[in-house]
Amino acid sequence: MATLALLEELGVTVVYPTAQTCCGQPLINTGCTYNLAKAAAHFVDTFCAFDYIVSPSASCAAAVRHHYHKYVPTNTASEHVINHTFELCEFLTDVLKIESLNARFPHKVGLHHGCHGLREFNLASCSERNEAAYSKPVQLLNMVKDLELVKLNRADECCGFGGTFAVDQESVSCAMGRSRVHDHVSNGATVIISTDTSCLMHLEGIMGKQKESIATMHIAQVLRGESL
Amino acid sequence: MTNHAQRASAFIHQSGKSPWHDKALWHVRTNRDKAMATIPEWEQLRETAQQIKAHTASQLDDYLVQFEANCKSNGVHLHWAQTPDDLNKIVLDIARAKGAKHIVKSKSMLTEECHLNEALEGAGLIVTDTDLGERIVQLRQEPPSHIVLPAIHTTKEEIGELFHKHFASEKGNNDPTYLTGIARKALRDDFLGADIGITGVNFAIAETGGIVICTNEGNADLGTALPPVHIACMGIEKLIPAIEHLGVFTRLLARSATGQAITTYTSHFHKPRRGGEMHIVMLDNGRTALLGEPEFRAALSCIRCGACMNTCPVFRHGGGHSYGATIPGPIGSTLGPSQNIKAHQSLPFACTLCGSCTAVCPVNIDLHNQLLTWRNRIAKAGYVPLVKRLTMKLFGITIASPALYGLANCFIKVVAKVPVLYRNLTPWGKQRSMPVAAKKTFKTMYVEREREQLK
Repeated sequence: MATLALLEELGVTVVYPTAQTCCGQPLINTGCTYNLAKAAAHFVDTFCAFDYIVSPSASCAAAVRHHYHKYVPTNTASEHVINHTFELCEFLTDVLKIESLNARFPHKVGLHHGCHGLREFNLASCSERNEAAYSKPVQLLNMVKDLELVKLNRADECCGFGGTFAVDQESVSCAMGRSRVHDHVSNGATVIISTDTSCLMHLEGIMGKQKESIATMHIAQVLRGESL
Repeated sequence: MTNHAQRASAFIHQSGKSPWHDKALWHVRTNRDKAMATIPEWEQLRETAQQIKAHTASQLDDYLVQFEANCKSNGVHLHWAQTPDDLNKIVLDIARAKGAKHIVKSKSMLTEECHLNEALEGAGLIVTDTDLGERIVQLRQEPPSHIVLPAIHTTKEEIGELFHKHFASEKGNNDPTYLTGIARKALRDDFLGADIGITGVNFAIAETGGIVICTNEGNADLGTALPPVHIACMGIEKLIPAIEHLGVFTRLLARSATGQAITTYTSHFHKPRRGGEMHIVMLDNGRTALLGEPEFRAALSCIRCGACMNTCPVFRHGGGHSYGATIPGPIGSTLGPSQNIKAHQSLPFACTLCGSCTAVCPVNIDLHNQLLTWRNRIAKAGYVPLVKRLTMKLFGITIASPALYGLANCFIKVVAKVPVLYRNLTPWGKQRSMPVAAKKTFKTMYVEREREQLK
């Protein structure tokens, strides 16, 4: 609900088409693209009448923008959908170009960059590349009053979720998750926030079984200044 | 046969080495980042390197012929090997013709690919690996776990024990400097007594017929300077057109591999030394076939720096041996299936698709996209496990229909309320708690709100 409320507070007319299903990202990720063309066609039909399609998950948005061209026929509707599907943060910074937010979040925050947002959507500069530092999520978080971002030892390492990877590779996935949690906790974060709910679900699950445990929140909730 | 997940799980839960293995390799990655930061034109260098490799691959046949002609005029014997067996036979024939008994070898992933040591030892020859890490894994009778740091999975205690057994070093002395001294002393005798020196090749230059070998230990230099015969083994993809292109790669290689500005030794070989013999063996082993695959061709640009392994969290946590392939890590996970899709079917799935490998690669190989493409090929070839295949099929049918999708959501809501069910359905809950399902779905709340607003 936070994404819906945030967008409405910023003056956007938002519709949630109730006929929508899933974009099909799990099929793309596993390589089992059975029936994907049908699901993608349904997605295009459902969303082609809107100016922009905004998702609070970069993985879903990336599936549409970077992979749909392989599965849907090229036409005005599909091209419109592919080119106008945005991850929430980049929609706020690049389309709405917002410069201020009416929100307060007086907590020490650890930002987990979801990998698809980072390396497929270029939401931020990544540590592997020699490029000028920037970050769209941080740009937005800086507009929130009293929010303190903690510095992590590994700025943009994967949490180990990876879709079906989380169950196929249970051992590695959890080892990676524990390593990320430790980085946030040992650097004093009291909440881990992310642009992707799936990463948070995995990290929250890890913390549910260990002593080191802090809250998790989606970035949309923080940008609204919702309470911890 | 075990798959990557099972082998990685054993490394994590049984060896207990995972946390320090992760830390050690992350340290190498950090050093690489610092070295990269000193080169403002880094991204431009990567693109240039990618273009040089792509150009060379597009005219590889011409460059190979040019290289062969230049080798001949330099007095170097050039041999062509289609398969690992061909390469092993060529090397063995040279050894036999020379009456060789003892061979020293510097690090070469290509000879690992061919299992050359086993072939030579099977014919009664003594082969000594002279790179320290390679020597350690040779004594441990196991393959290297990393292409640049072959023994990164071993502790200094294990090495102390190993050297005590083989070289009678002091028992319990695990000091790295002491142990390196022990290895150096033992290796010196091997170098002096060797009849043939075998090396790999980092770069071969078509225009000159010369080869370039990069090491930190100087073992390739001793191994070629002392024995009268030098055999260099290389894959056909190691070629670059001219000497002017070399600097692009040497600037990238050591920085990407270890964070050094340049390897301690960057040695050029153009012709046999006085009174000696020099052979170059060129191996195909599937490389030509890979060249014909537009989606995977770029994997042939790899300069074997190991940066994708150091940055890959799956590699760092799961260990290099979990790949069960000569070349492990992201690059190995795309090269493996290209050589044998059935044997290496689990490798493209040993990846979260985080994309760090693609961003770190000094020659811009789109590694994680290649792995995604492999997943599709593997699924089409029918190697995806039945349960997963059926689940995904059902999922595909469900999401194409809003009615079925709604029904499935109701089903999930029921399952989520019965812990026995969801705990046993997947391994999610072994080391993680289950996500708490919201009381109402977003859709329900949204529809209720719409109704409320209409009133």
